[in-house]
Amino acid sequence: MKGNYDLVIIGGGPAGLAAAVAAYDSGVEDILILEREPILGGILNQCIHNGFGLTRFKESLSGPEYAARFISEVEKRSITVLTNTAVLSLDKGKLVTAMNAEEGVFTVQAKAVILAMGCRERSRGALNVAGSRAAGVYSAGTAQKYVNVFGYMPGKRVVILGSGDIGLIMARRMTLEGAKVLAVCEIMPQTSGLKRNIAQCLDDFGIPLYLNHTVTKIEGDERVTGVVVSKVDENRKPIAGTEIHFDCDTVLFSVGLIPENELTKGAGIELSRGTRGAVVTQSRETSESGVFACGNVLQVHDLVDFVSEEAEIAGVSAARYILGGEVKRDAVEVKNGKNILYVCPQLIDKSVGGKVKLFFRVTDTFKAPTVTVRCGNGAVQTKKLKVAVPGEMQSIVLSEETVRGLNGSVEVLVEVDQ
Amino acid sequence: MYDVAVIGSGVIGGLIFRKLTEYKLSVCLLEKAGDVCMGASKANSGIVHAGFDALPGTLKAKFNVEGNLMMKSVADELGVKYRENGSLVVAFCEDEVIKLKELASRGEQNGVKGIEIIGRERLKEMEPNISDEAVGALFAPTGGIICPYGLALAAIGNAMDNGGELKTDFEVVSIEKEEGGFTVKSANGECVTSRAVVNCAGLGGGKIAAMIGDEIRIGARKGEYLLLDRESGSAVNHTLFFTPTEKGKGILVSPTVDGNVILGPTAKEQADGNVLTSDEGLAFVSKKAGEMLKELPLYNTITSFAGVRAYSERHDFIIEESESVSGFFHCIGIESPGLTASPAIAKYVVEELMAGRYGWERNPSFNGRRRPDYFFKDLTAEQKNAVIAKDPSFGRTVCRCEQVTEGEILQAIRENPPARDIDGVKRRTRSGMGRCQGGFCQPYVAQLIARERGIPIEKVTKSGGKSYILMGVTK
Ligand SMILES: Cc1cc2nc3c(=O)[nH]c(=O)nc-3n(C[C@H](O)[C@H](O)[C@H](O)COP(=O)(O)OP(=O)(O)OC[C@H]3O[C@@H](n4cnc5c(N)ncnc54)[C@H](O)[C@@H]3O)c2cc1C
Repeated sequence: MKGNYDLVIIGGGPAGLAAAVAAYDSGVEDILILEREPILGGILNQCIHNGFGLTRFKESLSGPEYAARFISEVEKRSITVLTNTAVLSLDKGKLVTAMNAEEGVFTVQAKAVILAMGCRERSRGALNVAGSRAAGVYSAGTAQKYVNVFGYMPGKRVVILGSGDIGLIMARRMTLEGAKVLAVCEIMPQTSGLKRNIAQCLDDFGIPLYLNHTVTKIEGDERVTGVVVSKVDENRKPIAGTEIHFDCDTVLFSVGLIPENELTKGAGIELSRGTRGAVVTQSRETSESGVFACGNVLQVHDLVDFVSEEAEIAGVSAARYILGGEVKRDAVEVKNGKNILYVCPQLIDKSVGGKVKLFFRVTDTFKAPTVTVRCGNGAVQTKKLKVAVPGEMQSIVLSEETVRGLNGSVEVLVEVDQ
Repeated sequence: MYDVAVIGSGVIGGLIFRKLTEYKLSVCLLEKAGDVCMGASKANSGIVHAGFDALPGTLKAKFNVEGNLMMKSVADELGVKYRENGSLVVAFCEDEVIKLKELASRGEQNGVKGIEIIGRERLKEMEPNISDEAVGALFAPTGGIICPYGLALAAIGNAMDNGGELKTDFEVVSIEKEEGGFTVKSANGECVTSRAVVNCAGLGGGKIAAMIGDEIRIGARKGEYLLLDRESGSAVNHTLFFTPTEKGKGILVSPTVDGNVILGPTAKEQADGNVLTSDEGLAFVSKKAGEMLKELPLYNTITSFAGVRAYSERHDFIIEESESVSGFFHCIGIESPGLTASPAIAKYVVEELMAGRYGWERNPSFNGRRRPDYFFKDLTAEQKNAVIAKDPSFGRTVCRCEQVTEGEILQAIRENPPARDIDGVKRRTRSGMGRCQGGFCQPYVAQLIARERGIPIEKVTKSGGKSYILMGVTK
């Protein structure tokens, strides 16, 4: 096995695949993709529903179909892929240590690395729901894997906590498979999933959505037998006396995704508190030069189309780094202003050139708000939105000229006109 | 007929079982659950106490100090993770400092070595994240931490490798005293006969005692915990206790041997052995832990759980031969520091109470060492490659959070005591114990269990009985 590559990509999901293709097309052909699963495609392989690619391909594909388009592009370019291979660590000098059954533990020296490890689901434990530890409690993605990949039903009477997209998709999927979904409970006053999923996955099937409600207790000795759901007050604390009891055998949690940055941390790369991914420039370059990040390991995206877009930026940037060498940064910081949960990228590197698209999430629901990007005391860009909700990522573009003119840190904020 | 039947496979029964296999005997271990170590030994703080807490002259004090001294070599032989991280009992006011001095002198009477009272400065150096309200502490360098179920599993596995027999799903429901021994009957109607019986049934110890006519009441007191991600592992170095006062003992905050942080336990009386967690309990734990540390990374909680202490009204361990029935031994009412005391209790029961009396001979082929390379992830690259060269399944990672390989999972299912369900694999390998709590690996672990045991995946359980993880196939 070859001990060095120009570019090593960690993760063969949609982000890693698109990054590989983009880097190749930018002139770097010596690429290795490392993937721990037996096949490429990442989490898309278990997303057999439609709705992928509407933005990018203007057609509605299933997850595996969307992945297949990128896999065939990778194959056309004869990019080296190692599946069933887990990366164990990444060190500062871009030395990647990985392991598989054939090679054992081995190292690969890279000139540049792209992090594309994706994310994981928050578990029940993270929420501290009291009660029993009976069987029948799953994160929505695990249930999805059992149903779509293995062909087994994790349960028959289901309560879902959290209105994340995977939870909504699974509400529909389980219903179509003959299960009864009794309720979807969301602790917040608004859902965290996409509007189209609320309509297509809950409303169309008459599945009740309980906003401002949470699961306060899980019952059952061997298998779950029921849950208690309570209404919460404005501080999201359960209100006594509002308990509703459901007889169910299954509880699914769809309470958020967390970028999987253990390797990133291990390499000493700076992480953002907001995104829980690396702090990056618009090239998606991390605090370690020549190490890039894209897709859900960087920020949790709503749609795979945006993952591909971001991955292409990382791929092109990595190629530029490999072919042109390190360029001294001239970076300004991008700060979270009023009503902003996070902005990605967190840095704008003026040495890169070109326009910059800032992605952000808001903290609450806002009707007809204005987004402003401020530098010093003046607005450098504004944009009107119809509505902004935390569940849907927004973006605003700074033109090349605007970027060139930045003379200090910028701040993104969202306000509703009085 | 067995020479000895041990009832209950917690740390007490487990270590006694192992000790018995050091002799030329036929022994069996009877456990009502589907796996070993499903009682107090599964869910506790995992602290190897130094021994300053127990009242001088009690069995608790004696076996605590002796067990503490033995733990390092036992853990070493069995390949169980153990670390002597030292304990600190923290005082938050001058009255509590006085109390610390009492504890220190109690410790000295019990024979605990190295105890010191330290001031604020030294405490801050040792625990940078300690609350600013802390004024001093008692430092006991011999306090340690261990994986409690790891200890029981390894001891039982080692005993089985040395010829001991394990019977799970064997709930003892009656015991008949007969000529030369006992007939012990299970709920399924299975019988074993044995010359001697050791009652290590934890919470069930009172019921077992009643089966031979001894009346010993065993009470139940629950303790609830929170466990934080390894990412927060550096929040605390030593095991931190509150100074015990009239109002109670508070909770402890400690690293675990696996690098997590454990917070708890509460202490609440209850009628039965249920291990449900409660909102109040978990809220109490987070509140108290917040008083101990300056920064408490509660956002990094990965799970909560509860365990139940089995205590006797004597408020001391009951370790003795039944007064009424000869050949029947009780080891019950083993509340804290029972985990710490377990090797010493096993030694005492087997060597002092039984071996001489029955004239047992030592088993020359006994091998007390268990396979040492249990945690593959901790090996060097060269060592890993040597293992993978022999068995490629060690090259396949199944649990990404805890980096557990297929080889280790297969080993857990195949070797003694065999894992039969998802939680059994988890306790043996840590697969599913990390930050995603099995979200990714559970389907794969279920497949491996099904394949190895030759059962359909729908019959795979989370934790024995009817705790099936799946309910039929899709349309
Ligand atoms: C919350 C908590 C915190 C603790 N912290 C510590 C600590 O930090 N340090 C320390 O040293 N100690 C600690 N302890 C104490 C320690 O955990 C116990 O002393 C020890 O685990 C007791 O072991 P055991 O084998 O007696 O009981 P158990 O582990 O409960 O084992 C009893 C076994 O008997 C089986 N059984 C019961 N009835 C029957 C029957 N009829 N037939 C067959 N089998 C039966 C049960 O299923 C069980 O497996 C703590 C305990 C608790 C609960």
